[in-house]
Amino acid sequence: MRLVRRPFFWIIAAVIATFALAPTYGNNVELREGLLLATVYIILASNLNMMLGYAGYVNFGGIVFFGLGGYFCVWLMSAFGWPLVAATLTGGVAVSALALLFGLGILRLRGAYFALATVGVNEAVMAFVTNFGPWGGSTGIYLSPALFGPLGGPAKALWTIYYLLVGVMGLSLYLSYTVKSSKFGLGLLAIGQNEDAASVLGVPTPRYKAAVYSLSAFLPAIAGGLYFFKGAFIQPPDAFDLQLSTETIVIAMLGGQGTVTGPALGAYLYEELRGWLLTSPTFSNFQLVIAGGLLLVIVLFAPGGLMGLIYRRWPRLRRILE
Amino acid sequence: MIGLLASLLDGILVGAVYGLAAMGITLIWGVMDVINLTHGAMIVAGMFGVYLLSGSLGIPVYATLPIVLVGGFVVGIGLYWLAVHRVVGQPPLMSLLSTFSVNLVLIGLGTAAWGTALFNVQVSLPGLSLGRYTFPGTHLMAAALTGVIGGVLYLFLYRTRTGKAVRAVSGNREAAELVGIPTRRVLALSFGLGVALACVSGMLIATLFPFTVLSGDAYQLKSFVVTVLGGLGNPAGALAAGIALGLLEGLATPFMPVSWTLVIEFVVFVVVLVAFPGGVLGLRRARSH
Amino acid sequence: MSALLEVAGLSKRFGGVQAVDSLSFAVEEGSILGLIGPNGAGKSTVFNLINGVIPPDEGRVRFRGADVTGAPPYRVARHGLARTNQIVQPFMTMTVLENCIVGACFGRENLPLSSARETAREAATLVGLEDRLETLASQLTIAGKKRLELARALAARPTLLLLDEVLAGLNPTEVERMIGTLRTIRARGVSILMIEHLMQAIMSLSDRIVVLNTGTKLAEGLPAEVAADPQVIEAYLGDPGLAGTLREAGR
Repeated sequence: MRLVRRPFFWIIAAVIATFALAPTYGNNVELREGLLLATVYIILASNLNMMLGYAGYVNFGGIVFFGLGGYFCVWLMSAFGWPLVAATLTGGVAVSALALLFGLGILRLRGAYFALATVGVNEAVMAFVTNFGPWGGSTGIYLSPALFGPLGGPAKALWTIYYLLVGVMGLSLYLSYTVKSSKFGLGLLAIGQNEDAASVLGVPTPRYKAAVYSLSAFLPAIAGGLYFFKGAFIQPPDAFDLQLSTETIVIAMLGGQGTVTGPALGAYLYEELRGWLLTSPTFSNFQLVIAGGLLLVIVLFAPGGLMGLIYRRWPRLRRILE
Repeated sequence: MIGLLASLLDGILVGAVYGLAAMGITLIWGVMDVINLTHGAMIVAGMFGVYLLSGSLGIPVYATLPIVLVGGFVVGIGLYWLAVHRVVGQPPLMSLLSTFSVNLVLIGLGTAAWGTALFNVQVSLPGLSLGRYTFPGTHLMAAALTGVIGGVLYLFLYRTRTGKAVRAVSGNREAAELVGIPTRRVLALSFGLGVALACVSGMLIATLFPFTVLSGDAYQLKSFVVTVLGGLGNPAGALAAGIALGLLEGLATPFMPVSWTLVIEFVVFVVVLVAFPGGVLGLRRARSH
Repeated sequence: MSALLEVAGLSKRFGGVQAVDSLSFAVEEGSILGLIGPNGAGKSTVFNLINGVIPPDEGRVRFRGADVTGAPPYRVARHGLARTNQIVQPFMTMTVLENCIVGACFGRENLPLSSARETAREAATLVGLEDRLETLASQLTIAGKKRLELARALAARPTLLLLDEVLAGLNPTEVERMIGTLRTIRARGVSILMIEHLMQAIMSLSDRIVVLNTGTKLAEGLPAEVAADPQVIEAYLGDPGLAGTLREAGR
């Protein structure tokens, strides 16, 4: 198994092990909750990275996958009594299918026009769901605590969800890596460099773009299902949280778009930054300002993000860390 | 049916202002192929501009227009040198992200200063009554001012040397440079103009509807819809398309809750983007560059 | 036996300009066809029409018997048609080898990654870049980038290669070398349709020449015939230097 021989596999395995074991040891709920947020960041950022860093298409509406996945899962569980795993997986498939449909339409457009279409997606989907009766409209959907029963009660369920999310995070990193080292990924990277040249060389650009768009929707949708099940409640402003959407982009760019480790590193750093900001009385209101400022600096001076800087200094690391 | 007619006519008035906002986007897009994602924040800036100037300084509401216009222009030029200048030649991804990040900073500062409270600009202006329906004076004034500004913009672009330079750069930047046009300055000026238009439209919208710091997003989306409908780089088209959007809203509001309009507009937006890559009245190709 | 590439009645208008007007010609298998003409004659546009970058208003393009008129570039590439650009467009942040692997993976043979490496290496060796495989494309000289552009197209194992001014910007030594490479490529069975301004080179390389002027075919035939054609010379008279070399090259 060639994958097992690559150092990167062991790095992902180590990360997953750390996330899973650290809070378990000593039943540290506070640490778990902090790491849970980090896993969500990493899931969202590394999936976004496939569009952004590989194909060069900014998807401002990535949060829509997360929110819709959450809605599908919570709705299937509360309205039809589906078990968790079935509901999340169905949510994942449904959102990917929707993404494929939408993507086939708008991915015929150039990068900038595509990005424009995704800027409006957040607002539009939120407006739609707010009006959509079966999904609770603006009130949202509440889950009965009884649904935690099959998982062994609320306390145990929270741990299970956490482990599942860590698993999804591992899958996201693995997916990121697998795509990048595949022929599909090579085509995407070519598109990101020069879409016209890629097309002339034979890369089937519309198909590839739609495929990666749909693929990048799957795991965030599943994560959304798990996340909102955990909270036992979903409503439009939480599901389509513009701040989270923005932070995902900042994280992907901060860590290094186009790399596999980038989003993970970026998520870790951003969470540290955010934690510090929240505790400081002067800065807690300025989270978005600092995030924006950070992004601006990155775009203007270090578009490759932190991993970009690291790779420039130590090119050999590129082979090991991806 | 007269109710519907009144709604439609009012839609034309409001739509004109949407067109004005969209002119800001289309100008920048046409000249330098940059999508200005600070547009929403600049609309909000215009809104707060008129609010503060008329509220705290007692300046008559419509007299703030030139102040907001010039202020917006200066801010726009500053924004250009800060965030856009370095990324103009690079893949569009970069300018999207840079303007996006500036937008974050501005909205972040705005929410820190004013939270999400609702604001209102009080203007008392006699309206126009036709039968049972009164068209608010503010709507008429806004449309009239839009017409004036649109006219001035047209004169600038087509009757002045600088305006010609702007059109030259938007047609072919390399050729313009070869002929000796100082392209960098023209780009900065165009960006400044685009932002000024955004601010002024924000000022006018503030006289029509209440607003919050976060209102910019919805109006930005409307601006993009109008831009795409009217054709990229086509200010006259933007005005026409803005009126069309206003008509659409006028048609829809008697029949459905306001929150659906955003969904419909977005659907229209995507459909038009896909079906008419250059905009319905488009002059630019959206497919190959 | 039908020709490898057949272009019939090809027309394209841009706004007020008829860039290409009812153009017809054919490229025979195993041959090199040169496309020449004064600047602005529409030569690059013809390439764009053939490989799907721009759809034609009228006319047909048949490649290996299949109608590829207006097909998207990637589909035309899959049929076995590769193309280089006048202004080189390498993938800057990829290495020479990686650039060629893209060509090998998505070209006519649609290879998986594992076999693509070998094909890519061969293509790079053919143009003389075998010792720069791990160099980033952005770090190559202009001549190197031109060679990379060619290697990348070759890695796709095309049946027909469209070359758009592949000799432009090269010094005499590099030109000689490139001509040698092109002869080797033809010897390997790849047919070539090339646009070129270097008269000496294209006249000596081509089996047949098509002359384009303001979008229409002015003349067609053997290099010597075309060079002696008074209409062709007149078209080039706008550039007397070129007209002179034309005559020289024809001898």
